[in-house]
Amino acid sequence: MGIPTGGSPRRAKGAYFLWVAVFCLLILGTVGSLYYATQKVDYVWRWYRVPQYFFYHESVEIRSELDGEVKAVATDGDQTRITVEGEGKSLGYQVPSKGLRVARGDRIYPGDVLGSFERWRVGILLQGLWVTLKVSLLAIIFGILLGLFAGLARISSNPALKWSAITYIELIRGSPLLVQIFIWYFVLGTVINTLLARQGMQQLPPLWFGVAALAFFAGAYVAEIVRSGIQSIHRGQMEAARSLGMSYPQAMVQVILPQALRRILPPLAGQFISLVKDSSLLGIIAIRELTKATREVVTTSLQPFELWFVCALLYLILTFGLSMFVQYLERRTAAA
Amino acid sequence: MIEVRNVSKIFYPPEPIQALNDVSCKIEPGEVVVIIGPSGSGKSTLLRCLNRLEYADAGHILIEGIEVLDPKTNINKVRTEVGMVFQSFNLFPHKTVVQNVMLAQRVVRKRSKEAARDKAMSLLDKVGIKEKANVYPDQLSGGQQQRVAIARALAMDPKVMLFDEPTSALDPEMIGEVLDVMKTLAREGMTMAVVTHEMGFAREVADRVIFMDHGAIVEVGPPEHFFTNPTHERTKLFLSQIL
Repeated sequence: MGIPTGGSPRRAKGAYFLWVAVFCLLILGTVGSLYYATQKVDYVWRWYRVPQYFFYHESVEIRSELDGEVKAVATDGDQTRITVEGEGKSLGYQVPSKGLRVARGDRIYPGDVLGSFERWRVGILLQGLWVTLKVSLLAIIFGILLGLFAGLARISSNPALKWSAITYIELIRGSPLLVQIFIWYFVLGTVINTLLARQGMQQLPPLWFGVAALAFFAGAYVAEIVRSGIQSIHRGQMEAARSLGMSYPQAMVQVILPQALRRILPPLAGQFISLVKDSSLLGIIAIRELTKATREVVTTSLQPFELWFVCALLYLILTFGLSMFVQYLERRTAAA
Repeated sequence: MIEVRNVSKIFYPPEPIQALNDVSCKIEPGEVVVIIGPSGSGKSTLLRCLNRLEYADAGHILIEGIEVLDPKTNINKVRTEVGMVFQSFNLFPHKTVVQNVMLAQRVVRKRSKEAARDKAMSLLDKVGIKEKANVYPDQLSGGQQQRVAIARALAMDPKVMLFDEPTSALDPEMIGEVLDVMKTLAREGMTMAVVTHEMGFAREVADRVIFMDHGAIVEVGPPEHFFTNPTHERTKLFLSQIL
């Protein structure tokens, strides 16, 4: 395995550790100079403000809507039930026993706090991360399906299929994703939602147009990857399968695609990593993914440096995870 | 069994080459026909035209009375009756040996898994490679791979077997094991068309030898006559060069 084949192993050992040391120095140097740069810019670093955008403690107060009196307080373990009567009505409230603030017979005005509790909420960055993950995964799945179909059409001898595939691939690859997202949302989205409204059906949320734009965009690249993967399989494989009486689709599914898939995993991984990052453009059609979420938090917190670094780190976690997953798949298919 | 009438084939790119020029021949049931000739003489093309891996431009090819060159013919059905063995084996590298032999049985013949496995194991036993049933093809020697390829073709219960230079890609010490399997098949009465450079095999097993040159059949005859007393000058020259 591996291309370099130079140097005797015995002599290489000392040199190996030397170069490992060089690498460590490079990393340390880069980190050091980054740190030095941060000290030099006129900026107050407030990293402690970042965690609240992941999780935050929210205190919730339960307030009375009636002007009246607490008629009953019934505690049942953790939960307590309060009944308030007044203005000829009776209302029940449920509060955690720990946060109970009233007793039986208390006089209550509207807006009085009956009880309070605290709970952990998911912050806006984590929500954005989740949206990015969701959009990317959906786009990857649909992108694979589209790309597989377009790739097969691309090598078909049927001119309608072949030329449609070429048109699709060239059109999508040759135009900016940003424009495609606009078209999906403002043109196709408007048309589709108008038609749906006319049928009395629910509107599609922007998320789906975002997924569609990304899936069609990735599909064009996947199609070319699939095509090159299929064409890299030796002609003899198709001939052997066909000579056994298999039809073209049978030979494709049973013999060619399983082998091609193994070869196209590395370029596919690159494509999907790029798709995760491209999803950052979806903020422009009101999908609050990670980048848009970060931009919003920056506007309110005025801590751009910390937040953009964190944003980049979160993307890195997603893409690195994806790349690890594909490597795992590669190892698994290589073993088979 | 197989009847070839006036078949022609031209390869175009980059420039037109007359691969087959008005070829006619017949293969009777149970017959072993060996096709020899210099490289580029069209012998492999002729073989590949028989099961339409190459589409002949003109003429007729009848297999059991079915016209192969008719676009309406269900070629997949014809191909199940015509087994083919390739020079480069073309085993499926992502499947084990036994899966290689089972695949087409399952997909094309729709046999049950058990039936396909039984059939595969008995064929692997026949070609003497049963103990390697569960390894992948890249762990086998060339001779072993070719024997698996023969078993894979036999699994469809073909009526004819086509061999396209089955020993040309093998190391010399492995040629024997493959030829032995082919001889066994011939003795069992399988109809065979074999493109080969193994003159010993042709002499021993062939019922008829076809000599081709420049896309045409030059001479046809039984091996004893063919090797000892060829009529055409071209045949004599060829034999003098290789024997």
